[in-house]
This record gives sequence, C-alpha cells and structure tokens, in this order.
Amino acid sequence: MHDSVIQIHNLGKLYRLGGHTRLDQTIPDAINEKIRGAMGLIRRGGLATPKKDNREFWALRNVSFDVALGEVVGIIGRNGAGKSTLLKVLSHITDPTEGYAVVHGRVASLLEVGTGFHPELTGMENIYLNGSILGMSRREIKQKFDEIVDFSGVEKFLDTPIKRYSSGMTMRLAFSVAAHLDPEILVIDEVLAVGDAEFQKKCLGKMSEVAHSGRTVLFVSHNMNAVEELCQKVVLLNGGCVKRCSTDVRDVICEHLFGEDQEHLAHEWVNPGKEFDNPWFKPQRMLLTDSDGKPVNMPLSNNSDIWVQIEGEVDRLDPALTIGYAVYNEAGHALFWSYQTDQSEDRWPKLHKGTVTLRGRVPKRLLNEGTYRIEFIGGLHCRQWLFEPAVHAPSIAMTIQGGLSDSPLWIRKRPGLIAPVIDWKTAA
Amino acid sequence: MSTSSSISTLVATPPLHNQPVPQSAVVLRPRTGWFIVDWATLWRYRELLAFLALRDIKVRYKQTVLGAVWAVIQPFVMMVVLSIFFGRVIDINMEDKTSGIPYPVFLYSGLLAWTFFAGAVTSCTNSLVSNANMLRKVYFPRLIVPLASVGVSLVDYIVAFSVLVGLMFWYQVEPTAQIMLVPLFVLVTIIAALGVGIGLSGLTVSFRDFRYVVPFMLQIWFFATPVIWPVTIVDESYHWLLRLNPMGGTIEALRAAVLGTPIDWAALAISAGMAALVLLVGVAYFGQAERRFADVV
Ligand SMILES: Nc1ncnc2c1ncn2[C@@H]1O[C@H](COP(=O)(O)OP(=O)(O)OP(=O)(O)O)[C@@H](O)[C@H]1O
Ligand SMILES: [Mg+2]
Repeated sequence: MHDSVIQIHNLGKLYRLGGHTRLDQTIPDAINEKIRGAMGLIRRGGLATPKKDNREFWALRNVSFDVALGEVVGIIGRNGAGKSTLLKVLSHITDPTEGYAVVHGRVASLLEVGTGFHPELTGMENIYLNGSILGMSRREIKQKFDEIVDFSGVEKFLDTPIKRYSSGMTMRLAFSVAAHLDPEILVIDEVLAVGDAEFQKKCLGKMSEVAHSGRTVLFVSHNMNAVEELCQKVVLLNGGCVKRCSTDVRDVICEHLFGEDQEHLAHEWVNPGKEFDNPWFKPQRMLLTDSDGKPVNMPLSNNSDIWVQIEGEVDRLDPALTIGYAVYNEAGHALFWSYQTDQSEDRWPKLHKGTVTLRGRVPKRLLNEGTYRIEFIGGLHCRQWLFEPAVHAPSIAMTIQGGLSDSPLWIRKRPGLIAPVIDWKTAA
Repeated sequence: MSTSSSISTLVATPPLHNQPVPQSAVVLRPRTGWFIVDWATLWRYRELLAFLALRDIKVRYKQTVLGAVWAVIQPFVMMVVLSIFFGRVIDINMEDKTSGIPYPVFLYSGLLAWTFFAGAVTSCTNSLVSNANMLRKVYFPRLIVPLASVGVSLVDYIVAFSVLVGLMFWYQVEPTAQIMLVPLFVLVTIIAALGVGIGLSGLTVSFRDFRYVVPFMLQIWFFATPVIWPVTIVDESYHWLLRLNPMGGTIEALRAAVLGTPIDWAALAISAGMAALVLLVGVAYFGQAERRFADVV
C-alpha cells in the first residue's frame, strides 16, 4: 500500500547479554539482567539461538508489518516479548541489527513520562526542559504552556521544585507535557498507567482524542480494554517475532490472553522452579478440587462443588496480602475476581508461615456452560502486584458442562455470559 | 464492552484521514562505517543543548548557600596554599622567573584555566552516564550531552574570573588590550576539554572504570602542565614536549592574555593543533560508540 507511513521489513535486534563488566553495576542489577535474559531464551524455546552462544539473543526477529496513515496500532505481548525494543528501534533510539524500517514524518516517542525531569528544578523549568527533550521547540512550549499547566492541575506549584511534589503530581505534570506533543507519528509505551483513577481516565480520554484525530499512533499496553477501544489493528509479539498482526482486534487479544489455544491450557499448574519468587506468597501449585481437596475431572457439572486450590510458601506474613483468582471466559472477558479477603475481617482464612493451602469456592450455577480460564492473582493490597492479572500470572482451565438447573425446561446452554438460577415468586 | 462507551463519549474530534503522507522519510537500518558529525541534526537540537546546559547550571547554583562562591573557593584556596608553599617553604624567587608577575596572580590565573579544563573534562566524562535515562528513552543527537556538560565549567570560569580581576588590582598588574583575546583562548581550552571528554564519555558508557581513571589522569596532567610553575624553569630543549600537551601552550596563552605578558603564538598553535586532533579522534570514536549507548548504558 502506498499510504503507509511506517514500513517495517524483517527488522531484527540482537542484544548482547552481560557483555562488559561494569564496576558500578549493583549485584541485584546483574542478577536481574541474567534472569531477564534467561526468560527471553526460555520463551523462545531456546530454538532461535544456538545454545553455545547464550550471551547474545534476538529481542526482535523478522518483524515486518506496515502502518497506514492515521492508523492506531496496538502492540501487545507478554513481558519481554520485545514491545519496548520495537518502539525503541522505530523511534530511532537504538539501531536495528538487521532489516530496516522506513518512517515518514516526525516521530515523537513516549517510552516513559518525565524523562529528564530534575528534582531540583521547578515545575515550570521542568516543563521547558522535558518539552525540549521530547522534541518541542521553545516557542511551541511557550504557546502551549497554559494548556499544559491547566491539564496537569498543578498551577499552584509551578515555582516549587518538583522534589516537593507528590509522586502523583510529578506524573501528572509529566504526562501533561507529553500529551501536548504534536507529532505526525506518536509512539507510546505503557505510560497510561500513572496517577489516580481520575487522572487515568483523563489520560485515556486524551489518548482517545489523539487516536481519533487522524494521527498515526503505535501503542504498547497491557491494558486490553484500552487496546481494544483505541486500536484499529493489533500486533501480537511473542519472543521477538510477530505472532499475529490483524485488524480483528478482539481475536488477537483473545489469542494473547489465552495463549496457544485454550484446550491445551492445563487443569493444573505447578511452579516449574523459581518463578514468582517472593517472601509473601510463593505459589507452588494451583488446581481445581472438590471440597475434600481431591482433584476433579473435567468437564464439571455446574452444580458440583468446585474449589480453586492454591498452594504456596509464606516466608513473611503481611496483612495486606491478597490472594485470589480471576475468571475469564473464552472471549477473554474477566467475569469476576475473588480474594480471600473479600469478607469481613474475622472471616478471613488465617495464614501462617510455611506451606499454606488456600481454597476458594467457585459459585455453583453462576457461570454458563463453556471453558473458562482461571487465573491466579494476588498482591499486597494497594502496594504492588505479585501476580498481575492479564500480565504475568499462572492460569488453569475449567470446563463446565451440564448441571445448569434442576428445571426440566432448562437443560441446554443459554445465551449470556453467566447463567445464574434466579428465585421467582408471585406477588401476594 | 462497558468501558468503550465511556471512553468514546470523551471524544469530540471527528476522524480526519485526509492528510497526505508526510514526504520526509527516515530509514532506520543498521549503521556501518565511519560516522561524520551530522551538523544539520545537531543544529536542529541546539535548543535542547541550551536547556541541558542551563539545567546543569541552575542545579549547580540552586541549592548551595554560597552559590557562586564555590566556583571561586577551589582555585583561590589552592592559590593561597601553593603560594605559601612555593613562596615561603621552598623559597624560590618565583617572581623573577614569571616575568615580573607576582606569583599569586600568576598562580591564580593558571589555576583558573586549569580548573575550567579539568572541570569540563570531568563533567563531560560523566555526562552520558548521568543522563543514562535520557539516552535510553528518547532520541536526540548523543553529542548534545557532552557538549552541554561544559556549560557549568564555563560559568564557573567566568565567576572565578572576577576574583582574578580583583587580584590584579591588588597586585597592580595592569591588563593590556590583549585581554580581548581571552575568549579565543577559552575556546581553545573548550576544544581541548571536549576532545578529551567526548571520547572518555563514550568509553565510560561501556567501562565505568574511567570514572576513576579520569581524576587520577587529571592529577598527573596537572603537574605536567605549566600551571603552578612557569615554562622558564624547564630547559629550552624540552619545550617542544610541553607544547604537545594540548593544555600546555593554551594555558600559557590564556595567562599571558590576561596578564599582558607576551604570547607565545607558536606554542599556542601547536597545542591548539593537538587539541583539535584529540577532538577529531574523540568525535570519531564517539560516532562509533554512539550506536551502542542506548543498549549498554
Ligand atoms: N539494553 C538491553 N540489553 C540487553 N537485553 C535487553 C536490553 N533491553 C531489552 N533487553 C531484553 O530484550 C527482551 C525484550 O525486552 P522488551 O523491553 O522489549 O520487552 P517488553 O515486551 O517491552 O516487555 P514488558 O512488557 O515487560 O515491557 C527482554 O528479554 C530484555 O531482557
Ligand atoms: Mg516494555
């Protein structure tokens, strides 16, 4: 097609792991790097790189696709799939190792908000500095200055060094500068996940405005709802390669969320080794059981007693620990989440150090017939995710068939995401 | 999907898909071969250069109580200590050998130029690493960063220069019209500092060792340069060696311009030539190393 503004041909990026020894590299850094590298290798099945040469690996390989003018393209994939790397190559930050990309027009890339912010400088000084780093001219910033300040909502603190800002305020200021970039092509890496709920909504609104204004946008996100809403095309990356590239956004998202194919999703998950290592709850096994803890066989009757059993190691007790599961249907919609802390405090299961087995009931006769993905989720409430839904968390499959109701008139699957049996009566 | 509607309602702008495809095309491909400075791009980013230099200057002068005074204290204290040491302890009659200029003035003018040079080299060397995040997250000509880092030292130099003027008054050293040449010689100093600093900044990205090597190197270099001693104490036959030092003839010329003593143009030319050569090598290396910065830093 001739009106494509970005043409990508067999793009590849080779990273050297380790490489030079750096004196100031901290030990956690070094370990982190090793793990990330190893995970990249595992994810690609160790096929792309010969084993002997494990100091190099392809973060991107044979990536080809076109982006048309005005198209909003979502780029999705698991952690380490190469999304950020692709954006870095396209925004000229790093050179590809092979292949090439042709980009028509001025690119602004937002791989992070607030790049170059200096804590000692005031809000105003930082607006100019950051704007200029992002490629705006001084005149341009001056013109948009009031707008930027308005959008950020920190006008009272413009003359305060930003080290005195709350982190939310800094983020808002940073995003506001970024939101007023005016390029022909905008490249965004997961910058929407900042600030409070209200501000996130504002950001999404701004994003949507940009997306609908005819500008070409490349958009990396783990927020599938945002991707589905904003993007006309989605590229699914897996181990550095394009796995899917399609305008059928929903379909690609499902493929991403469900992995290969749902049928092959196991009914039991066992921690292969060191994954999800953390002191609060290190999951060992997850499976579906009956009330006695005996594993159940699929398919399950909708009327049977089903429990999601999660086993894990607790090294450090933390009252904010929330452990639970999320249920997704075949279309990838989250139907509900449940945590062990959902009820009043006196009814929470008591955790103790050592091996803990938690069991959460799957409500009878709530779900419809079909196959579901049960994802293990958890974190420290309001602090951090340990197992983030739809991002990095283990899953198992559950199939429900039959047992829909006791009525002779309802024995087959009905339309609807869920199929609860409701009480009916006549008014007196 | 429920969230869809809430987002769509926020949008008022209708799609406008009627813009033409922009003509300017950039081809991103593996770079090979030698790299020559892309002056056009560098020029386009001149504002960023100014902002980065300004940032460093502001940050440096912001939170210190004494602010500008710090720029003066270092060379001044050095001057006091060294003039006591050489003047009293060692008891050499320096005045004779420094063509009638009082030793403190001689010393301070040299220390000033050296502090400027050494400061510029140091900040230049560390510049890429301390701006690592920018290198990883945005595109701009990488050369901007070491270039901008020299700004602070330049401002320090100007501030400290005012004390030199005071000292000259005190010792009644009268400046001549030669003082107009100072900016030119400062430029040569900047070239020398950039020459050394740009290459080192690139090396520091891959080998942080250079952060420790540079202060050490500068210390030795300091004694090998006619900063605290006049060239006249060295035998004539070794003068060529002094001049091969990019800072040798430069510091001499800078001092002569300020104090109104004769300028050794030949020495300056050789030193400036060396500085330019070092700069060329530094920039050439930088152009090669630049491709790795975002990945390695
Ligand atoms: N500078 C680098 N040097 C070496 N390896 C790198 C470098 N940058 C990224 N990688 C590796 O490349 C792979 C892809 O990384 P990338 O940041 O593109 O992932 P991503 O898809 O953006 O993941 P996430 O969803 O976590 O942001 C990872 O395995 C990572 O370890
Ligand atoms: Mg990323």
